[in-house]
Amino acid sequence: MFSLERWQEVFQTIGKNKLRTILTMISVITGIFILVVLLGVGEGMKNGIKSTFQDDAENEISVYDGVTTVEYKGLNPGRKIQFKNEDFEQISRTHASDIDKKSSMYRIWSGLISYKDESGSYRIEGVLPDYEFIEKVSLISGRFLNQQDQKATEKYMAIGKKVKDDLFGDNKALGKMVEVSGINFKVIGVYTDPGGEREESRVYIPLSTSQKVFGGGQNIRQMNFTIPKRDNYDEALAESNRIVSKIERDLKSIHKVAPSDASGIRVRSTIEETKRFYDLTSVISLFFWSVGVATLFAGIIGVSNIMLIIVKERTKEIGIRKALGAKPFSIIGMVLHESIFVTTIAGFIGLILGLILLENLGPLIDTEFIKNPEVNLNIAVTTLGLLVIAGALAGFFPARKAAKIKPIVALRDE
Amino acid sequence: MIDIKDLHKSYQVGKNKLHVLKGINFHVEEGELVAIMGSSGSGKSTLLNILGILDEADEGSYHLDGTEIKNLTEKTAARYRNKFLGFIFQSFNLINYKSALDNVALPLFYQGMSGKERTARANDYLERVGLSDWATHLPNELSGGQKQRVAIARAMASHPKVLLADELTGALDSQTSYEIMDLIQKINDEGKTILVVTHEPDIAQMTKRIVNLKDGIIIDDKKIEQQKALANV
Ligand SMILES: Nc1ncnc2c1ncn2[C@@H]1O[C@H](COP(=O)(O)OP(=O)(O)O)[C@@H](O)[C@H]1O
Ligand SMILES: [Mg+2]
Repeated sequence: MFSLERWQEVFQTIGKNKLRTILTMISVITGIFILVVLLGVGEGMKNGIKSTFQDDAENEISVYDGVTTVEYKGLNPGRKIQFKNEDFEQISRTHASDIDKKSSMYRIWSGLISYKDESGSYRIEGVLPDYEFIEKVSLISGRFLNQQDQKATEKYMAIGKKVKDDLFGDNKALGKMVEVSGINFKVIGVYTDPGGEREESRVYIPLSTSQKVFGGGQNIRQMNFTIPKRDNYDEALAESNRIVSKIERDLKSIHKVAPSDASGIRVRSTIEETKRFYDLTSVISLFFWSVGVATLFAGIIGVSNIMLIIVKERTKEIGIRKALGAKPFSIIGMVLHESIFVTTIAGFIGLILGLILLENLGPLIDTEFIKNPEVNLNIAVTTLGLLVIAGALAGFFPARKAAKIKPIVALRDE
Repeated sequence: MIDIKDLHKSYQVGKNKLHVLKGINFHVEEGELVAIMGSSGSGKSTLLNILGILDEADEGSYHLDGTEIKNLTEKTAARYRNKFLGFIFQSFNLINYKSALDNVALPLFYQGMSGKERTARANDYLERVGLSDWATHLPNELSGGQKQRVAIARAMASHPKVLLADELTGALDSQTSYEIMDLIQKINDEGKTILVVTHEPDIAQMTKRIVNLKDGIIIDDKKIEQQKALANV
């Protein structure tokens, strides 16, 4: 069917009927182009949302102490609850099998850090080594705090990229000594955080060091845990809720806080945030997919219409060919060969134009909302395939009809 | 070569049946040059189209060179048209985006002939109708007479048994008409069987036999003394 002769015939027809060919191609090119760009932007929005939502581990449980508001077992409301190291250790021990990463924290909201002539106020957090994974920081140089640093109460510090830029500029920070309230800390790591600048203007030191240096004693400000990942969201949610209520119950009983007291001890889970993230992204996906599919449909209808017009326009020619001895199958083949060839080429052009646009415009529109607009090539190629098949089908029925009409009728067509 | 018996054909026009051919009996020997005459609407084209397997009769039998033409599939009909018949139309029916050469070569394409052979044979036939120099031209760059010559070359190229021409001079001035008829006479002199439909008596006089159609039957069928077209040029 796709012999060399047929190809020559197709090229001749295309070459001699440029307007028709161009119209078909424009319809296909725009269809695919819009689809690719839409899918790309949709993906970009998803990425944008992902990065604003996922600055911390998505299955994290945080525990804070506070002030009681409910009278309980003879204790007046307004009592300040203070977590100690032993609270953290106990919770870690009793829930060991449910917990993946764990860290407690002692915090100085704002500490003056200086290096040579530069200085600035930053949040100083004393944490355990697992905090690296809980906060999802990634080290761009050096390392994070480890167990050894904690044990030896080392005056080590991992600083955020913003802090590094402020204090060191383009100079190397690693191994340098910075000063906090007259005490020297050695920079052992510089990190970035998907949470952006806000979370990169913090510094981390060992929990033990922070308690000692800033007079915290055994006090801690909060505890953070992650729970192991689950395959599906519902399972993760159920698991998280179970652990949250267990931890809350245990701590409230230790500290004699009423079970109904919502502010004496607070246990939060990020999984609900994550749920919102999943919901939002699926809404966005749905939206872009529906628009994309609608565009594709428009494209298919466009191609179908053009094919109908082409076949109609060629009725007389088909009559002539039949009078000269063209078999019905050869007429259908001729129309299909041309339409498949033209839609495929046009589809590729649309695909490539769309990809070029995303590739070049993508980095420029890197706002909070759209990040890395990209398109799944598989999806794009599948779409293209669909369009070609649709074009072929759209050509097939009128072509078959034309191939069936009596030559004498076709010849009468003007 | 052509043998038809008791041929009937009606068209459905709205609710009514229009009986166009009412029992045609007709026989053509190999090498004849026949004119089918009659006033407009007498059914000349209808008859020619049935002979050309472009249309089907309702009743009666049709044999073309011994082969019965009846209930053909579209595929077989296509093969017979290609192999047995060459068509020449009043409105030329050339494919407008193909050069003269490609138009002539088209029936050969449907015969499955290779490109090289096709070009050679098409060139040969263009030369025989005197259009060698116009091979690469598109139909709209040709005069009416030239277009009809291309159409004749195309009809001849597939070596058909019979040439069928429907008002082939209908769109041409008389001077050009005679030139075309001269070509037809020459082709006939070489032995080709040719049927021409015409309502112009002078054209009919240039054939060897005139069949007169009226109200769907043959009222008159006689051999005549052929007038040479060249004499009028
Ligand atoms: N497809 C058709 N449907 C209905 N009527 C037709 C059709 N083709 C031809 N006719 C009618 O049949 C009659 C014969 O037509 P035709 O064979 O073309 O005549 P001629 O060629 O002698 O002028 C005319 O009255 C014409 O209107
Ligand atoms: Mg007629």
